Amino acid sequence: MSQGEIVASYVVPVHPHTVLAPDQNAGWRRLRDAFDEAAQTIRDLDADLLIIYSTTWPSIIGHQIQADPNPEWVMVDHDFHDLGSIPYSFNIDADFAHAWNEANKQRGLQSRCVNYKGFPIDVGSVVALTLLNPDNSIPAVIVSSNMYANRSETTVLAKSCLDVIKAQGRRAVAITAMSLSNRMFTDFIQPEEDKIHSLKDDEWNRKILEFLEQGRLEDVGQLSRTIHRQIRVQKVVAFKPMWWLSAMNGNRNDLTGRILAYEAIHGAGGAVVHIDPTSTGVGDKEYDEDDVEYFHGERGVLEGAEESEKDAIQNTNAGADSTDESTASDSGPALWDPTEAKGSVNTDAAPKPVGAYPHARKVGDMLFLSGVGPRQPGTNAIPGGPIHDENGEPLEYDIKAQTHAVVNNVKRIVEEAGATMDQVVDVTTFLVDMKRDFAGYNEVWAETLGKVGPTRTTLAIDALPTPIAVEMKVIVHMPE
Amino acid sequence: MGKGQIVAGCIAPHPPHLVYAENPPQNEPVAEGGWEQLRWGYERLRASLSEHDYDAIVLLSPHWQTYVGTHFLGLPHFEGLSVDPIFPNLFRYHYDMNVDVELAQAIHDEAAKAGLPVKMMENPDFRVDYGTITTGHLFNPDWDKPLVVISSNRSTAYYSVEVMQEIMIELGKVTRKAIEASGKRVVVLASNSLSHRHFTTESEVPEDMSKEHITSHAMHLWDMRMIDYMRSGQAQRILDEMPEFTEQAIAESDGGGLSWLLSTLDVPDYPAILHGYGTIIGTGNAVVEWPCYAHEVNDE
Ligand SMILES: [Fe+2]
Repeated sequence: MSQGEIVASYVVPVHPHTVLAPDQNAGWRRLRDAFDEAAQTIRDLDADLLIIYSTTWPSIIGHQIQADPNPEWVMVDHDFHDLGSIPYSFNIDADFAHAWNEANKQRGLQSRCVNYKGFPIDVGSVVALTLLNPDNSIPAVIVSSNMYANRSETTVLAKSCLDVIKAQGRRAVAITAMSLSNRMFTDFIQPEEDKIHSLKDDEWNRKILEFLEQGRLEDVGQLSRTIHRQIRVQKVVAFKPMWWLSAMNGNRNDLTGRILAYEAIHGAGGAVVHIDPTSTGVGDKEYDEDDVEYFHGERGVLEGAEESEKDAIQNTNAGADSTDESTASDSGPALWDPTEAKGSVNTDAAPKPVGAYPHARKVGDMLFLSGVGPRQPGTNAIPGGPIHDENGEPLEYDIKAQTHAVVNNVKRIVEEAGATMDQVVDVTTFLVDMKRDFAGYNEVWAETLGKVGPTRTTLAIDALPTPIAVEMKVIVHMPE
Repeated sequence: MGKGQIVAGCIAPHPPHLVYAENPPQNEPVAEGGWEQLRWGYERLRASLSEHDYDAIVLLSPHWQTYVGTHFLGLPHFEGLSVDPIFPNLFRYHYDMNVDVELAQAIHDEAAKAGLPVKMMENPDFRVDYGTITTGHLFNPDWDKPLVVISSNRSTAYYSVEVMQEIMIELGKVTRKAIEASGKRVVVLASNSLSHRHFTTESEVPEDMSKEHITSHAMHLWDMRMIDYMRSGQAQRILDEMPEFTEQAIAESDGGGLSWLLSTLDVPDYPAILHGYGTIIGTGNAVVEWPCYAHEVNDE
């Protein structure tokens, strides 16, 4: 099995002209020929999965993923119904869809699969799958564009998709169904009258294509908001597909691009662009914003004030850091800001408390820490994974990773107080599963605090307030 | 043939939740109720109009979105399955409806004469949008009156609310003219929510009414302001404030339905009847009737 990779990416136009009326206009014919060439290239690459991010499928409640293994219907465009109908019967990879949906949730995204007879597959997806996969030989998956999704959410959507591509060892093609400039003529035109709506739209389209031809996909992603303001009519979905496509390609600027066609469709800019992951060796990347691994955004608007505790969990647990073994936890108590009192020591570098207490408190030359667990500051992720899911179902976890994370959190608090780890004099450790975890915990202890030499007591307890396996209570002596 | 008449004009919301909550045989999913305030509002609207006979319903739906001109359903019969692309878990409705093609063509022709880009939709495979189906069902569950269905031209997106409103006021005038010339008695419906900021999460049980409320105080204030204008016969003020309302309440009036309705009713200065108000996934929705029958002189 291969490692799983994106073998090619495509930008393709959304309107039905390329399927239904390629011979009514020379430009539509060139777009169609480009589609046909792309279909041949995809076959030659031995791709085994087509992934479509469609701007003509808007969603409100997070992202939706098509999971009907064989959706069939007849698509008629809302505007261009007089061009005819497109019957379809697609081959959808439902297993991949479900795995992606799960991966989305793991990364903090709101997501769901749709599997309903007669679900109206959008025009962009229907056109793309009809032309790029004419014999349905390659299974496909389709994802919606969320109306409210920002760049980080769209980027994380791509990363969770990559998680599954890697896990399943797929040879995937990433496709964005989209217009460049999307301003159409607002009146009916004859096919031969078609052209890009304005010179400005045309110039911007050509600039975007110049970047894509140079393989500077991430640069186009970074320009998305500007492009949106310049040449996009505010339809349902903003110009966000380049965020997704760039993240699908590792946010790179050294890809190999090729413009197969660029033409007008009823005034809008339609292009077929092939992006090959092969590096050109040129094209630096300066990432202009934080590269997000987990979605941490506000989505809990449904809950009222009285349920703010539940909100707090949803919001704080939505994000997590990027280490492989780290997984966002799904349940637990609300998080608090640490309390302030005389001698209290608090730091953003340690996880937020689960009640009204400080991280530590200093009395004379003694420093007493509140119980410290492995949760990561800011993201609330649990290295080594949570010990159970939100329904209380047990999960596999790594006690060594958790113990390391506890020691690191202890160190951050100790250092915030102006002390050092070698001043730790006494530790009480709580384990939720002594039989399973003592050995692993003991091993990490020996490599870390064991070298400092504090007294130690280890207790088995029934549970801790968050889904963690280990917590330490630490006392430090810090003479002036 | 006598002069045609607009019997009543209504705003009638179309979130699929209302049909879902009612459990009609045509809809596949099953609910435990929900959104009763609005469903009772629809009941009162139906009761109010049951005393007035009419021949056809003219409806503008913001979910048949056309970017190139305004379109009209142009075949006498449509049937099929309507699956809401946003809430497929709630709405999978088997519809069977008749179109008053003659009246649709008449409005189309009047609009063309006025210089508006218009088109008849004559593709038999066309799937009628779920806004039309939802409002159609709630307004007339027996589906025993033919409809004229008008698409929502997205001129707000292309230009501005002001331009949209100019187009919709023109479309309203020609709608009225065509109805009067038809000799028919007609109800006009703007399928429309008011404030339109959605929640971005859905509760475990979609019909859990403990989760249902307006998304913000500002949205509530805008909804109440608009409803006050309706109830006090100040339709002109609604038109005047449409740009601010549409922008600040992210209102579904961006689709032009409300502007078209008020223009079709000749900007009524008599009070509308509020049959119900409620929120659906946070959006503000009202069932409102302008009782034209009480205010228009029929010269038959
Ligand atoms: Fe709507």
